Amino acid sequence: MLKAEPKPITSLDATAAFDTARKTQTLLQKIWSYRISYIFIAPFMICFILFIMIPVFAAFLLSFTYFNSLQPPRFVGWDNFRYMISQDLLFIKYALPNTFKFSVIVGPGGYLAAFFLAWLISILPRTSRKWFALAMYSPSLTGGIAMAIVWQPMLSGDRIGYLNSFLLKLGLISEPHLWVTSKEYLMTSMIVVTLWSSMGIGFLAMLAGILNVNSELYEAGKLDGIRSRLEEIWYITIPSMKPQMLFGAVMAIVGTFKAGGIGSQLSGMNPTPEYSGHLIVNHINDYGFIRMELGYATALSVFLLLLMYVANKFCWSLFGTKEDE
Amino acid sequence: MKTTSAFRLSGLWRRKAKPFRLTPTEKISAVLLVFLSIFMLAPLVYIFNNALKPYQELFNYPPTLWVRSPSLQNFIELWAITKNSAIPMSRYIFNSVFVAVATVVLVTGVSAMCAYPISKHKFPGHKIVFGSILVTLLFAPETVAIPRYLVVSNLGVMDTYFGHLLPMVAVPVGVFLMKQFIDQLPDELLDAAKIDGAREFTIFLKVVIPICMPAVATISIIAFQDAWGNTETSALFMQDETMKTFPFFISTLTSNMANNVARQGAAAAAALFMFLPNLIIFLLFQSKVITTMAHSGIK
Repeated sequence: MLKAEPKPITSLDATAAFDTARKTQTLLQKIWSYRISYIFIAPFMICFILFIMIPVFAAFLLSFTYFNSLQPPRFVGWDNFRYMISQDLLFIKYALPNTFKFSVIVGPGGYLAAFFLAWLISILPRTSRKWFALAMYSPSLTGGIAMAIVWQPMLSGDRIGYLNSFLLKLGLISEPHLWVTSKEYLMTSMIVVTLWSSMGIGFLAMLAGILNVNSELYEAGKLDGIRSRLEEIWYITIPSMKPQMLFGAVMAIVGTFKAGGIGSQLSGMNPTPEYSGHLIVNHINDYGFIRMELGYATALSVFLLLLMYVANKFCWSLFGTKEDE
Repeated sequence: MKTTSAFRLSGLWRRKAKPFRLTPTEKISAVLLVFLSIFMLAPLVYIFNNALKPYQELFNYPPTLWVRSPSLQNFIELWAITKNSAIPMSRYIFNSVFVAVATVVLVTGVSAMCAYPISKHKFPGHKIVFGSILVTLLFAPETVAIPRYLVVSNLGVMDTYFGHLLPMVAVPVGVFLMKQFIDQLPDELLDAAKIDGAREFTIFLKVVIPICMPAVATISIIAFQDAWGNTETSALFMQDETMKTFPFFISTLTSNMANNVARQGAAAAAALFMFLPNLIIFLLFQSKVITTMAHSGIK
């Protein structure tokens, strides 16, 4: 090994074993020379591995077991998944369709709304931009429990509820509606409230992206025959801010699929009235922390992770930049 | 090239009106935005007023939006809720403040430290590290709560502040934003510092961090919001009541509020208390956030 002459690693005449050994050695040397870099990344990577990587892998493993946290996990093959799609009526009848409805509206809807709002703001003169951006962003500052407190009295079912009292006054409804405690309206309320609070960092990223598009491009586009605003958005704005669009999309996916608490926070009931606001996350918590069927609960989380992964792949295919671009 | 991008960054809020940015369009968008802003802000205006309403005004019919005779009664009531319980309100608030501040410090420090070599050192494996961070951007911790719970209980950090802090540190968004921002630093700058004999840690502290203050500010804001409103760590990792945080305590109080209006005033006061720090911190750093977000794209 010592008398080896420097050869290109890909040379065909070197034996494979020799080649690997040398590669390993140079790699080790290289790694050693970068030891400070590894020290720098260590604190984050330790937490990252402990609280993200291991849980995700553990979820995949546990999803094939029966596990009740008292006895050690017992391998059951595909049983959990089979039960999920064939017998778990709560999942098939409520959790899955609810999640589908909720995420199709909140995800793409919130995303398009964020882009549209960011675009509207970008049109305005700069002095007013800041204030509108703040107005759109501040609902997302309420987050979690504060959000529920803000909306409960608004949507409260009696005449004192602000929405009811307002609509009664306008004569649009004749008697108070139970916005959060009836199965007809709970889902709608959940969607509206989530959309209201969804202009978060994805929105800010897209706003920054739009504001950062080189203005010379618009002038060039005009010379090239772009006539309308829509054409301008389609041919110039979106292509120049694809990376921000993708970031916004990823944030929208995360925000959409992790939603779970909102239904019971608004209605004040867990499970929600007749499971009308029952999402996959609620179902996971139900099995995981109430029924203590951790194996099945993690199978549900794996299913949710796969959903997120598919949605993410789809967004990458729309906005991902190719290597050569 | 660099000068133009720097110029554009400094002038983000100042883009000049373009030829067909005509006034009618501006007007339409302004009108639309005003209406949308009313929808977005109305609930916040309302919570602000409700928090200041004295008891008799809360249950007026028809309900009024604006408070007539503001008082701090609700805040006093909120404070008094724990008067007869073993754990005073101040304990929950202390936990929340401590956890939020410590999270901000840890997250920004750790994320910046991790992002710097990924961006500038190209050490073996940096692509894998960044790739996995990119993938996990979308694995919200909520989805793997159960295995996370198992990890935390096996680490023995249940009922300690580490149980609040460590899971919050593993937030890939921070590293991601920081890395995208550091990518903009010219390599020559770091090389110059190296030639002057600075060690990596000095370069990191004296060169990288000062230039990346916008990104640091942004990550601090995100981390603060996450930690300040977080109920998950209290619900899952803390069994000892004295270790739980303020938002968790509030969530236990209000879990049945839709049917019970008695504590609405106190709840509104609590919501305002949760909301205001987020707002103030965001207002302080807003322009820095937008500068950072310009680099947030996933390339």
